Amino acid sequence: MTMRVAVTVNGTEYARDVEPRLLLIHFIRDELGLTGSHWGCDTSNCGSCVVWLDRKPVKACTVLAAMADGRIVRTVEDLERDGRLDPVQQGFVACHGLQCGFCTSGMMMTARWLLDRNPDPDEAEIREAISGQICRCTGYENIVRSVRWAAQNPGNPEHPAETL
Amino acid sequence: MTGGFGSRPRKEDQRFIRGRGTYVDDVKLPGMLYGAVLRSPYPHARIISVDTVAAEAHPRVRAVLTGETLKQRGLAWMPTLSGDQQAVLVTDKVRFQGQEVAFVVAEDHYAARDALELIDVEYEPLPPVVDALRALDPGAPLVRDDLDGTSSNHIFDWETGDADRTDAVFRAAPVTVSQDMLYPRVHPAPLETCGIVASWEKISGKLTVWATSQAPHAHRTLYSMVTGLPEHKIRVISPDIGGGFGAKVPIYPGYLCAIAGSMITGQPVKWMEDRSENLMSTAFARDFHMRGELAADRDGKIRAVRVKVLADHGAFNGAAQPSKFPAGFFGVFTGSYDLEAAHCQVTGVYTNKAPGGVAYSCSFRITEAVYLVERMVDVLAFELDMDPAELRMRNLLCPGQFPYTCQTGWVYDSGDYPRALRLAMDIAGYENLRKEQRAERVRGHLIGIGLSFFTEAVGAGPRKHMDILGFGMADGVELRIHPTGTAVLRIAVQTQGQGHETTFAQIVAEELGLSPDDVEVVHGDTDQTPFGLGTYGSRSTPVSGAATAIVARKVRERARVVAAAMLEVGADDLEWEPGRWFVRGDPDSGRTMTEIALAAHSSLELPAGVEGHLDATCVYNPPNLTYPFGAYICVVDVDPGTGKVDVRRFIAVDDCGVRINPMIVEGQVHGGLADGIGMALMESIAFDAEGNCLGGSFMDYLLPTALECPSWELGATVTPSPHHPIGAKGVGESATVGSAPAVVNAVIDALRPYGVRHADMPLTPAQVWRAIQGRPFRTDLAIT
Repeated sequence: MTMRVAVTVNGTEYARDVEPRLLLIHFIRDELGLTGSHWGCDTSNCGSCVVWLDRKPVKACTVLAAMADGRIVRTVEDLERDGRLDPVQQGFVACHGLQCGFCTSGMMMTARWLLDRNPDPDEAEIREAISGQICRCTGYENIVRSVRWAAQNPGNPEHPAETL
Repeated sequence: MTGGFGSRPRKEDQRFIRGRGTYVDDVKLPGMLYGAVLRSPYPHARIISVDTVAAEAHPRVRAVLTGETLKQRGLAWMPTLSGDQQAVLVTDKVRFQGQEVAFVVAEDHYAARDALELIDVEYEPLPPVVDALRALDPGAPLVRDDLDGTSSNHIFDWETGDADRTDAVFRAAPVTVSQDMLYPRVHPAPLETCGIVASWEKISGKLTVWATSQAPHAHRTLYSMVTGLPEHKIRVISPDIGGGFGAKVPIYPGYLCAIAGSMITGQPVKWMEDRSENLMSTAFARDFHMRGELAADRDGKIRAVRVKVLADHGAFNGAAQPSKFPAGFFGVFTGSYDLEAAHCQVTGVYTNKAPGGVAYSCSFRITEAVYLVERMVDVLAFELDMDPAELRMRNLLCPGQFPYTCQTGWVYDSGDYPRALRLAMDIAGYENLRKEQRAERVRGHLIGIGLSFFTEAVGAGPRKHMDILGFGMADGVELRIHPTGTAVLRIAVQTQGQGHETTFAQIVAEELGLSPDDVEVVHGDTDQTPFGLGTYGSRSTPVSGAATAIVARKVRERARVVAAAMLEVGADDLEWEPGRWFVRGDPDSGRTMTEIALAAHSSLELPAGVEGHLDATCVYNPPNLTYPFGAYICVVDVDPGTGKVDVRRFIAVDDCGVRINPMIVEGQVHGGLADGIGMALMESIAFDAEGNCLGGSFMDYLLPTALECPSWELGATVTPSPHHPIGAKGVGESATVGSAPAVVNAVIDALRPYGVRHADMPLTPAQVWRAIQGRPFRTDLAIT
């Protein structure tokens, strides 16, 4: 049994016939081929799969694709626009906010959400925001610094993407 | 930007921040099928029958593999990295909960999972061996009846040091202390689980696998040995790896099932384990039941250390460590101290638990060794009522003693230990912290200050002493210089986040005066790189980093000959400065590496016997390990009402010799410190009395988040390794090794008003509460 699901992902509408049980993370990765969002635990603990659903971060391993029908999804692939990196992406490079890179997409999506609501978060607010996500490499220190960097460089005209 | 060493952003970041990394699960091939593993619900049970008829009838299933299927192809068993054998799919009995029983290949992974439900397995449950301390009891169930002549669960006895001399020192010592402790079973839990895409092409006879492998060359050889395929027809690609920490060193049954599945179906097969499979069946770490003893004088001079260990290796001895070292490098349990004698005895046993044995950034069991000795030093401080910093300072090796041969024969290459400890204490404001602690205790607040001082032995290793399954631990490297002067470096070590594409380019850049941007690092593909044993045990920089410096120096010397021919002078008349050779005394007469590279590929006449081009290769056989060290201080607040521990501060001073990219070094230290907090306070793969795994998901196996971790305070000293070409030592595991004892020592220090001398990890609120109530131990811990 399949059902029709239409989701707008990164500004493009995709319609697919999928099993009702298909998870959103598998829809994004396997049906649409957007592999920047990852899968790490199945139990909503690790946050490797965080994407935006209607402008809010969700863990796509515990959302059905069917639940995203008619809604808007944004993934890491949409952070860079017109060849210009999001300040969050620049911050992660400048502050060594990633090592293996597996948690990075989810961390950046949460960071962008946080900065949109709170342009100048302090360390405690950043830690709280990413506390539902796990990183095994960085000990979180440089992720926090990366988000602070992005907060301090919101317009980034003097930091074109190519230089980082 | 030219010049090599120094902090600089990583090259690899550019793809990761755009979501353009390629992890194994991102690999999608035409016609690819998906595998899923059926696992045993029992820790110990005989297989009566496996009925796959219904699963095979599933419309989207293409093949179902059982132990019997594999047996017909000689694939039912595979060698472990310790020379034991491990069942790929079970043929006789299951030996741990989660063991691989059958493998379904289907058109998508949902269907593969569905079909697992259709397989009917009849088990005859057997009593399991759960408690390692009871594994050698007479009448204990026999885990490994598959091994000829085996009548007990005993795997090995191993000892090091001088037992008689150590006993003599203990008899004469005015003070002795003894403490039983457990380093619990934990799991590396990289965020990316283990997996493979196996693609067998019948016509060419070539097998290509994309796998989560920290050691692609070793995996290629193992696949050849197991499958009988000629090794030159096997290509192992390790694409981007989402963390390894040791978990991706061994090969796993699922890998071989996917390979067999591809050979049977003729199509590529992907298998990715889920998180529960990862935690329940792949390489665990630690599980060392230890008794430590120290002999000392009343003034705190430590004279000897004696250790007895019972090592739980699970159902198959799958430890990944040099074969002469069944307890890994636990032999450095003498720590950072000047002792008269030392002895340790380790016994390994089989139990009905998942196999593995070393992993999780442990530097081959140095994690356990450092925990043992650093905990013991605090136990001694407790008994002598001495400050633990003062006690350590009294016993640390002095700079003049290096190179230092410890009582178990390891030759520490270089160090200035007191300087590192003083720096850590300065950053911490140690005296003020002690004052605050005393004042707060009066008010009923529990502040704990914990120290650890570690010495690691990393960079395995000298071929004469160190091999894995007979393969000496030397690494090959190849450096090519193109006619226009850019370079390609091919290495055998495998980044899982360490940043090799950046740091190895920096080594070449440093040696040749190029820009790191002009050096491309090729790795993770056995068809494109020379043989080497991969990345674990913090060996990349000590071994392949040295190889890279040496191969670059070979190129530099060749460039000198070419430059001499270009300038029509003798090679001996040339001097090097970064990026160019010039005539001594005439700095204007010189040739840059770019000019030399072009000339080396040109028709320029070279001296007799000098080949053209600038390419070079090197196989590096390290003369010794490198010995990074560090001083860590942890400050905790403990809530006496709930037992909850908050890590308020953590100060880490690391000395890993010369730092190629300090930014990356610090990042690795940060990650290791978080590991220490996790292991000390949260993480444990526990089992109930029936052998059920109690840590099979991230709901149960707790990892630290940003809220459990403080903002790390780092310091550095630099004591170069005297035998490494660039003076560097490994660092990837230092913080994991050194941090857990500092956290535990801090918690125990906080509990001093309750007279607590020791409590076992993980120091969860419940465990701290029990310790406060006078029940710090697991009652089953006594080693006899």
